[in-house]
Amino acid sequence: MKNESEPTNQGRRDFLGAAAGLTAAAVAPGMMLHTVDSEAAAPTGGVSDAHRWGLLVDTSKCADGCTACVDACDQENGLNLQSQPLGDDELKWQNQRATWIRKVKLQDNLTGQVTNLPLMCQHCEHPPCVDVCPTGASFKRADGIVMVDRHTCIGCRYCMMACPYKARSFIHEQVDQKLTRAPRGKGCVESCNLCAHRLDTGDISTACADACSAEGHQALVFGDLKDPTGPLRQALAKKPNRQIRQDLGLNTGVRYAGI
Amino acid sequence: MKRIVYREWLVEPQRYWGLLAMLAGVIAVGGLSALYMEHEGHWVTGMTNSVVWGTPHVFAVFLIIAASGALNVASIGTVFDKTAYKPLARLSGLLAVALLVGGLLVLVLDLGRPDRLLVAMTTYNFSSIFAWNIFLYSGFAAIVIGYLWTMAERKGNHLQKPVGTFAFLWRLALTTGTGSIFGFLVGREAYDTAILAPLFVVMSFAYGLAIYMLVLFYAFDADGRPIGPAMLKRLKNLLGLFVAAVLYFTLVYHLTKLYGAKNSDIEAFLLINGGLYTALFWVGWVLIGGLIPLGIIYHPELNKQRDWIATASALVVAGGLAAMYVIIIGSQAYPQEMFPGHSVIQFGAPGDVGGRVAPYSPSFPELLLGLGGVGVALLITAVGIRVLQFLPESLADRDVDPHASARHA
Ligand code: SF4
Ligand code: SF4
Repeated sequence: MKNESEPTNQGRRDFLGAAAGLTAAAVAPGMMLHTVDSEAAAPTGGVSDAHRWGLLVDTSKCADGCTACVDACDQENGLNLQSQPLGDDELKWQNQRATWIRKVKLQDNLTGQVTNLPLMCQHCEHPPCVDVCPTGASFKRADGIVMVDRHTCIGCRYCMMACPYKARSFIHEQVDQKLTRAPRGKGCVESCNLCAHRLDTGDISTACADACSAEGHQALVFGDLKDPTGPLRQALAKKPNRQIRQDLGLNTGVRYAGI
Repeated sequence: MKRIVYREWLVEPQRYWGLLAMLAGVIAVGGLSALYMEHEGHWVTGMTNSVVWGTPHVFAVFLIIAASGALNVASIGTVFDKTAYKPLARLSGLLAVALLVGGLLVLVLDLGRPDRLLVAMTTYNFSSIFAWNIFLYSGFAAIVIGYLWTMAERKGNHLQKPVGTFAFLWRLALTTGTGSIFGFLVGREAYDTAILAPLFVVMSFAYGLAIYMLVLFYAFDADGRPIGPAMLKRLKNLLGLFVAAVLYFTLVYHLTKLYGAKNSDIEAFLLINGGLYTALFWVGWVLIGGLIPLGIIYHPELNKQRDWIATASALVVAGGLAAMYVIIIGSQAYPQEMFPGHSVIQFGAPGDVGGRVAPYSPSFPELLLGLGGVGVALLITAVGIRVLQFLPESLADRDVDPHASARHA
């Protein structure tokens, strides 16, 4: 399965490149134009496969009760601007609003030990969400970031069915307020994009990792999985780590230490 | 052998127009529901980020697999050369197209962005089974229409067998494709099995035939056309066979899941402690959709009465909807297992769902949209048989298969 998905991904990327070009030309503001602007080069909108972006989560440092990464993501990507539709049930709304990153608390069934960790899109190398998307709106950039092209997403939600990490959200309500860097529209699906807007302007960071450091926890290290001297690879070398649902062989870009 | 004569449906105009008006009403309400959901957004439905496919998918998938099953009757006549089924073939083709259109309409209207249908039809991701299904569905409709032509047109008669065979193979691909939509979801325990595709195929046989029989009985009753006892027996035996096959494959499905020990939790959920889903499985899927119809079909007295056989067919349809509900919604409600050996004690904000069963209750608009799809399918069928010659004048045994009835006599 691994061997097969590479060439198809490649073909899809070329194809998407063309599609993205068309969309970008046709529709004014939005992510596509943004990325094309930043580095007018390769068909994928200026991102190269010289990098593969990823994260290491050190669960031993992730503090109980802290939500700094979640709050930062909400601010960064305008998720705090969502408003509960009048008349919607509060609990249902919590399950309907878009969430790119969530704090998860686990308890070991045997030892009772409690572990905290942030869970977001794992940026799979072989993303099931991309495989199933009928229009190719879900795509993987050359630098490993998996995201949704909101101009071609038809809102079928098949990708949400396919994602093993419950990383994706459907926009259930009308959107009144949004940020230019994080366009959002009713009826489309979205998920964590590793703050692609930052990377595309040369800022190698994510809001969640920054916020975690600012709180003094340093539980999140962001960086390039392909750079042997970079901070991520250094951190990965120091701590034994694994992928959530490693058995699925998706080769995720987000790794966890201490689970 | 006698030539089969086909006639337009000769039901009295009041009854016909009354039926159309009723169906149009159901469709209008379904359409308005879709508009409402589209305008407000999906928050007005019971769907969430946990249960992303709701009641509309239950109806849509049911209608689509029933569509391919409805074609079976024609296939038996053409492909397997059972003369007695030949007069049934035209209605079978019409019903197949009608059910498919109804199902697809529901599927499309439940999209987050139905206005982007054009995108879906012009931008393909060929590694997506969903995209392949778009071809399978439109191809199916085209082939069946061609097949109907070979049946109706003298010039096309000699093509009937090859086209019919092709349609039969295509319908198998279509149901397998629909089943595969679920089979491909590696992250969802309930679907992670190869048995799902064959299960869908036998389900399509049963549901398609049940709907076929209901429509046939109703239409024949309405303008007083006869159905012979041998024909009745044939159909109900076939239904019995298909329903038994569904039960058998259901058993195999659960045994394979139980065998792969890591799925035993989802098994316990579906079979023992899943609340509504467990109830729907046992009462809906197994009892109402399986055992009771089988009891009627093999009951020495009841199985000779058309009304009882119609009841059995209706129960199969109801059980089929329950089965779809369990398969589609039950397995989404069941939490995705991400951390083996751990319990999830908190997952995002309170109300956000992970590690526990996700709540879902269907909302009215969802239900009405689904029923609207059924309405569309029936409206197409009603108009079709009224204006074109789809129904044989008689299904009395001597008209259908004179040799067979001579033998029995
Ligand atoms: S974690 Fe889910 S959304 Fe992210 S790439 Fe993997 S399958 Fe897609
Ligand atoms: S919801 Fe959008 S991104 Fe997800 S599979 Fe459907 S079209 Fe693709």
